[in-house]
Amino acid sequence: MIWDLVVAPFADFGFMRRALLGCIAVSVGATPVGVFLILRHMSLTGDAMAHAILPGAAIGYLVSGLSLGAMTVGGLIAGMIVALASGFVARVTSLREDASLAAFYLISLALGVLIVSTHGNNIDLMHVLFGTVLALDNTALILLCSFASLSVLVLAVLFRPLVLECADPQFLRSVSKLSGVTHFTFLALVVMNLVGGFHALGTLMAVGIMILPGAAARFWAESIGGLIAAAALVAMLSSLIGLLLSFHYSLPSGPAIILVAGVGYGLSLIFGPVGGAIAQNLPRRNFET
Amino acid sequence: MSAALVFQNLTLGYDRLPAVQQLDTEIQEGSLTAIVGPNGAGKSTLLKGVTGALAPLEGKVHIDGFRDEEIAYLPQQSEIDRSFPISVVDLVAMGLWREIGAFGRLGPAMPARVDAAIAAVGLTGFEKRSIGSLSGGQMQRALFARLLLQNAQLVLLDEPFAAIDTKTMADLIDVIKGWHSEGRTILAVLHDYNTVGAHFPQTMMLARELVAHGPTAKVLTSENQFRARQMCEACTGTPHVCGKTAA
Repeated sequence: MIWDLVVAPFADFGFMRRALLGCIAVSVGATPVGVFLILRHMSLTGDAMAHAILPGAAIGYLVSGLSLGAMTVGGLIAGMIVALASGFVARVTSLREDASLAAFYLISLALGVLIVSTHGNNIDLMHVLFGTVLALDNTALILLCSFASLSVLVLAVLFRPLVLECADPQFLRSVSKLSGVTHFTFLALVVMNLVGGFHALGTLMAVGIMILPGAAARFWAESIGGLIAAAALVAMLSSLIGLLLSFHYSLPSGPAIILVAGVGYGLSLIFGPVGGAIAQNLPRRNFET
Repeated sequence: MSAALVFQNLTLGYDRLPAVQQLDTEIQEGSLTAIVGPNGAGKSTLLKGVTGALAPLEGKVHIDGFRDEEIAYLPQQSEIDRSFPISVVDLVAMGLWREIGAFGRLGPAMPARVDAAIAAVGLTGFEKRSIGSLSGGQMQRALFARLLLQNAQLVLLDEPFAAIDTKTMADLIDVIKGWHSEGRTILAVLHDYNTVGAHFPQTMMLARELVAHGPTAKVLTSENQFRARQMCEACTGTPHVCGKTAA
């Protein structure tokens, strides 16, 4: 019974194993970045950046069809341009970064939709928007795993300045010149993970695996390490359950995975021990020392 | 005694609107100086000018005695994200940044130094608490512990006693006096004239321009306070000029 429901789909079908591996790679790479996005009150920045990479991927598609390399490079370039441009505008003008980011990503998104709809067909658009986790080939898997590894590595190196940039940016600026470097490297990580994630889950759903597990983790852990571990766990469980649901009920896999993560978030919201609805409203029996 | 800081015809401001005008004075090395004046007098602006965060519109700040890493600056608390999950001990240990940088590891003696700094501000037992659970006064104690670890020769404090209780203030003043006895140079923006009179030997009174600077008893006269208020009332006539400088 359990075997048929949980193990057999992966044992019998190569595409399911690939999908699971791809999703685990995305989970490991994207969730720590998502945790920091949430801690920096930039959750929606992930969403904006996901839209921003669309025209790059579209131009890549235009140049060489459904080519992994071209769409990846295109997405990376578009994301970096939007990140740098909005950061630059925020630093040299009086417009705040969130407003300039919104402006640039909207321009970018419109451009992307224009390109896809004039030069592709609807199936291509769906592919870019919602991904093809059940059709990951070797190259795509290697790309996803490389992005995830690189992301974890860079985050490990950048950890101390990034924590300080989040907690007390003024202090970081007063002791170090790394503030700007930290900020832009972090945005580059966001873009990289979204581009990796979009091959598996599509540009829209890739943000989901980045942010939802991190949001859920806030109800389970208090330290940064705990948050990252909890978020990665939620993401991997969501991937597993989502893929199985999509297999057994013929659902599109990307949305299935994100919806399971959404359910995980909902349950955490209610049952999470750290500020969850129940924990918050239960009478405390004794005071913390 | 030599001059640690020389302000030479210094004008600082935002958007070309001056907040501090034509300041010409010197801060002696090893002195403990309070900066006082009405709201919008340019006190915080002056500290930003010393840190280099704000470039002068005119004139110069000579800080020849100190290298960059010998200057520590405690701004008003606004930019710290208190909801960020970081513990007191981690926040305080950030004071070692100049020594270990972004990537170095804590040396063998450093954990003991962090503990000592936390003990010096009376926060022993709070090491593992997250900064979000601290009261305003405890938070200020933690920030002073971080300053202690920075081991700076020039310490700049922007309203360090705003919204904290008298016991905390007394403890933190002891820390400041400790720095003073070690020969460090300290500049603190303060509001409470009683505190200034009791603990700060030197005072600089600002009202966008320099009103007076010297031994506290000679500066904190009612004539000077009256003059400073009048000078600042003159500038509130154009609120967009002074409104900007209030922070």
